[in-house]
Amino acid sequence: MVNPEISSLEKRIQQSPSKTELNTQEYFVNMGPQHPSTHGVLRLVLRMDGETVQDIIPVLGYIHRGIEKKSESVGYRQQVHLTDRLDYLCSLMNNWGVSAAIEKAMNIELNDRIETVRTIVAELQRIQSHQLWWGVFGMDLGAFTPFLYGFRDREKITAIFEETIGARLTMNYFQPGGMMYDIHPDFVQKVKEFIKYFRPILKEYEDLFSGNIIVQERLRNVGIIDGKTALAYGATGPVLRASGIPYDLRKIEPYGVYSKVQFEVPVGKVGDCWDRYQVRMQEMQESLKIIEQLIDNIPEGKHMVMKFGAKIRPPAGRFYSQIETARGVFGTFFVSDTTDKPYRMHFRTPNFHNLWSVLKMAPGGRVADLVAILSSIDVVVPDMDR
Amino acid sequence: MISLSQNVFSNYQSGQMGQTLGLLGLGLVSIITFMSLTAMVLVYVERKLAAHFQCRLGPMRVGWHGTLQTIADALKLLLKEDIVPKNADRFLHALAPLLTVMGALLALMALPFSPYLTVADMNIGVLYVSAVSGIGVLGILVGGWSSNNKWSLLGAMRAGAQIISYELSMTLAILVVVVFAGSMKFSDIVLSQSQGWWVWRAPLVGIVGFIIFLISSTAEVNRTPFDLAEGESELTAGFHTEYSGLRFSFFFLAEYVNLFIVSAIGATLFLGGWMPFHIGNWESFNQVMDLIPAGLWFGLKVAFMIFMSMWFRWTFPRLRVDQLMKLEWKILLPIGFVNLILAAALTISNFYFFAN
Repeated sequence: MVNPEISSLEKRIQQSPSKTELNTQEYFVNMGPQHPSTHGVLRLVLRMDGETVQDIIPVLGYIHRGIEKKSESVGYRQQVHLTDRLDYLCSLMNNWGVSAAIEKAMNIELNDRIETVRTIVAELQRIQSHQLWWGVFGMDLGAFTPFLYGFRDREKITAIFEETIGARLTMNYFQPGGMMYDIHPDFVQKVKEFIKYFRPILKEYEDLFSGNIIVQERLRNVGIIDGKTALAYGATGPVLRASGIPYDLRKIEPYGVYSKVQFEVPVGKVGDCWDRYQVRMQEMQESLKIIEQLIDNIPEGKHMVMKFGAKIRPPAGRFYSQIETARGVFGTFFVSDTTDKPYRMHFRTPNFHNLWSVLKMAPGGRVADLVAILSSIDVVVPDMDR
Repeated sequence: MISLSQNVFSNYQSGQMGQTLGLLGLGLVSIITFMSLTAMVLVYVERKLAAHFQCRLGPMRVGWHGTLQTIADALKLLLKEDIVPKNADRFLHALAPLLTVMGALLALMALPFSPYLTVADMNIGVLYVSAVSGIGVLGILVGGWSSNNKWSLLGAMRAGAQIISYELSMTLAILVVVVFAGSMKFSDIVLSQSQGWWVWRAPLVGIVGFIIFLISSTAEVNRTPFDLAEGESELTAGFHTEYSGLRFSFFFLAEYVNLFIVSAIGATLFLGGWMPFHIGNWESFNQVMDLIPAGLWFGLKVAFMIFMSMWFRWTFPRLRVDQLMKLEWKILLPIGFVNLILAAALTISNFYFFAN
């Protein structure tokens, strides 16, 4: 059986004139779906000339679970927990995105406690996600030790979550109308301890990894994408901000209590892997700042302003709501027909859109550059396939 | 002291063939045993060191502090199914690991472990070791080619380019010591350091040569930051992607034995081999140092070199192919040449510490 993608690539090769005088033979290679650095089951068909990547076609669908379609049959109440499985490193923020869309449709006013706790927990998860990214980034560049260090520190946040939420990865914490449970009595103290612990650790990250000349050589001027192109490809989050566009929904359309706290939006200049690295490292600092401003005065109040039964029935209409996850803009769109199940539900997931900027970044680089680029845009494959 | 090889040759001349063959067999058997034991110990050490660099414990369950873990792993590798890919070149696929192991085995023969312990102390020892260690890369190339896998082939090609390039710098660094010692025989090189190790006795060129040797030997044995041939995040497992079971364990074995060999060569040439730490004619100091047995000195020096290599591995990320070549051809090689010329000039002008 002829694979359609490969045969279309073959046609493209035959059409492209031979560039080099040495006349080396180009070849295809499948990177993935089983490959250590595609972070899951992403498949990239590469057209290569020796070590140089000439062309790249991402092939998706290896972990398509039909979450959007499933949402149409499980209903709004149960659907929230399916969003844990989109971007599993930002499960809380995905929960928040869907809950916010439903709350918007039903005109539910949340109290300050819910908004504050949601913000704190989401920022904790942003740090947690970036910690894992940092470790994996090191692994992809061939340094094994950062991976373990990243996980060591990630564990601290996971422990805090486990205490309050009961889960470690698929949180399912935010519900339309509030949170499943109130925060644990130790939550505030534990978070403060974590902030105190993690500030010097960020310095250690720099010492171990980015202070190294090899890392800087590997990342500087690799996978450059300018702001305009990144926008055109629909990239958001750190990928877009590293290209110099300070687009952050927390500033532009503040949700939660982001309008009440002071924080910077770190941006890069060149748009290479090094800038994407720096943007994420600074984001961890900013998240720590946000948590620090909020943790001391969490307002009193109920953790659930409106308790739903098994069924939620939003009014008829089309609703869209978006939030900023650790990887970019997560949008939820749904069409309601007043039943307890959405007529259509769609997620605008950040990874799916960020991935395509690889098409501009990778060609002309080496395989090793491609690995660095993939890691620098922080791909999470279940989020692309849904 | 008469070494084993001299014994062999004298016996050969006096017509005692049975004894000759017996001695040769003894040497080979002991080298093979030593090789497997070294690899086992080094795998355990590497895992423990890596674990402690990474704030964890490493193997703890099998035996006291996981000491029997590598034996269990070796047994597992022996029992595993040996998979050959469908369209692989079966003969070459089977031959490749043997070639790699053979290179390591042959090089091990020439090393002086202590004044009384050498299998073959030849007068061209240094040349011999540089030559036979080149056989290892042949195994890697053949293994990558015969696997019929594009990732393996990429890894093999990387390894070929890398090892051949870095062999130049390594040889230039070795030549510095050969020039100073005036001999290619390992035992002579060790004896020439009885007044001080070449790493400091040869002013500046010794330490520069040592650093070049350290970098290029790390590249020679395909370890991080030069592990491009395996590069598991890029090429899944590089040249040994399609190997499993016993054949994979041969590559694994050769990797660690090669690590031992380059560390031993470095220790012998730059750090005096089994020669204790002597300073010129400070007789009493030298006698105190002689209290530590020669074999222990050798072991400690090799352990130091191996520790450095492992430290590199668990700290540094990997270089890119073009950066690797740039480092060799544009930086290390010119420095190596200048260093060698300088060393020759210093030797002729007798300008080094405790020169006769």
